[in-house]
Amino acid sequence: MEEVMLSALQHFVFCPRQCALIHVEQVWAENEFTARGQQHHDRAHGGGTEERGGVRTLRALPLVSRQHGLAGVADVVEVLPGGSPRPVEYKSGRARPRLADEVQLCAQALCLEEMFGVSIPEGFIYHAASHKRRVVAFTPALRQAVLEARDGVRELLRRQTLPPPAADDRCLQCSLLDLCEPFAAREFPRGFDPFSTALEE
Amino acid sequence: MRTLLNTLYIQTQGTYLHLDTDNIRVEVEREHKAMIPLHHVESVVVFGNVLLSPFLIHRLAREHKPVTWLTEYGRFMARAETPVSGNVLLRVAQHGCACDGARTLAVARFIAAGKLQNQKTTLLRSAREALGDDPELLRQAARDINGQIGCLPLAKTVDEVRGIEGTAARAYWEVFPLMLRANRDFFWLTERTRRPARDAINATLNFAYTVLANDCASACQAVGLDPQVGFLHALRPGRSSLALDLMEELRAVVADRAIITLINRQQLTPRDFVLHEGNTVTIKDEARKLILTHLTERRKEEVTHPLTARKTPLGLVPHVQARLLAQHLRGDRAHYPPYLHR
Repeated sequence: MEEVMLSALQHFVFCPRQCALIHVEQVWAENEFTARGQQHHDRAHGGGTEERGGVRTLRALPLVSRQHGLAGVADVVEVLPGGSPRPVEYKSGRARPRLADEVQLCAQALCLEEMFGVSIPEGFIYHAASHKRRVVAFTPALRQAVLEARDGVRELLRRQTLPPPAADDRCLQCSLLDLCEPFAAREFPRGFDPFSTALEE
Repeated sequence: MRTLLNTLYIQTQGTYLHLDTDNIRVEVEREHKAMIPLHHVESVVVFGNVLLSPFLIHRLAREHKPVTWLTEYGRFMARAETPVSGNVLLRVAQHGCACDGARTLAVARFIAAGKLQNQKTTLLRSAREALGDDPELLRQAARDINGQIGCLPLAKTVDEVRGIEGTAARAYWEVFPLMLRANRDFFWLTERTRRPARDAINATLNFAYTVLANDCASACQAVGLDPQVGFLHALRPGRSSLALDLMEELRAVVADRAIITLINRQQLTPRDFVLHEGNTVTIKDEARKLILTHLTERRKEEVTHPLTARKTPLGLVPHVQARLLAQHLRGDRAHYPPYLHR
């Protein structure tokens, strides 16, 4: 079966419709959030390795898990002196709702575990806005959430239809607002009648 | 591994896109704005004054990623030809709907309803400013169109819808000259004539419709719809039937209204036309520029879209409508909502 993209997992957990718009309808639009994110990714995604204090930093590392059917690219992976890798995800903004970033990070860890043959207890999310990194523990519940999101993405790609819009706070941060039209009525709203025979408005 | 990719839309004027290793580097006013990995991009659509470096164009061409150039207001200008782009599922859904009589009828009814509603609105608006017997004649034509709107839900075939539209069109064009308040002896209209135009009104209408049709065709292309596969307009080789469908709702609002305004303000006068022997008419170049300038200004005007309830430049309404149609075709909304001008 085709691998699920790591980025699709994050989109799916944030909003299934956003995921379907990007990965099924194949639309994309930039806004200030995505642009800023790309800027930070630009720095993180330079590629190559460096070593500092015994910790090797791998950038833009391709990831794959045959067992779990996942693939993508990690922003940054730090390899500890003992050889154990830790994924670090760079985020330009604050923590996203619904653990979208945590799921994406944990999915990277599942790939790294298979590729390096180790078990990884935790990873880090670095928030560029606050220059702070926080620890994310890869609990059994989070690992389960990754697999559920993976199945959700697969189902989305199989069905090839858009789920209903979130139409909540998430939409205001979403660059696909124009393309999604979450607040436009799915059915005709009150007063919208193409067959109206009223003579004056 | 096959990856699903995205279309990159750039609407910010003055943006410069260039190749930076395997990324598209986005700059606005020499300021770095974004870096988009090429492997995430399926195609690039740019509006108006957006530059692409030759190296980026070469790279996109090599990777079969099409570039589409639209004007700032979304009129299709050119496309760097590459193999198939856009969402193939959308095109399949569009063709499926076109092959399904009941679904085609439903879409055609809504498109025709939008057209008739907007013709009615245009007549009623002019009736408020007209003099003498004209307001009553314009209102009577609006009532006649209303009668045809009432028939639309009963139509059982697309041919019946076309017949209803035709009956309404006769009522509309019969009173069209009554909306003009200047140079009436020159600007008369007996019937709609296309190629060639037999009078000045037809010549200007044909010109404005050509501009509008291009807007609608580029909206189809930008959204990924096949401009040739329409619902109200019959399929015919070489005809952009879907673009013509989308245009129906906007003819009266954008094109007819523009010409009425230009004639009433006497910006468009008999001197702007060349009358040829054998009763054909062409527009002088200066007047064409005038019409284009006016249409460009009109496109910038913001309207509140009745369905999305958002302020939208009139020039982007074809894009919104194309997107709403795409959503209907892909099962995201039950009906296609036509654009009803207020």
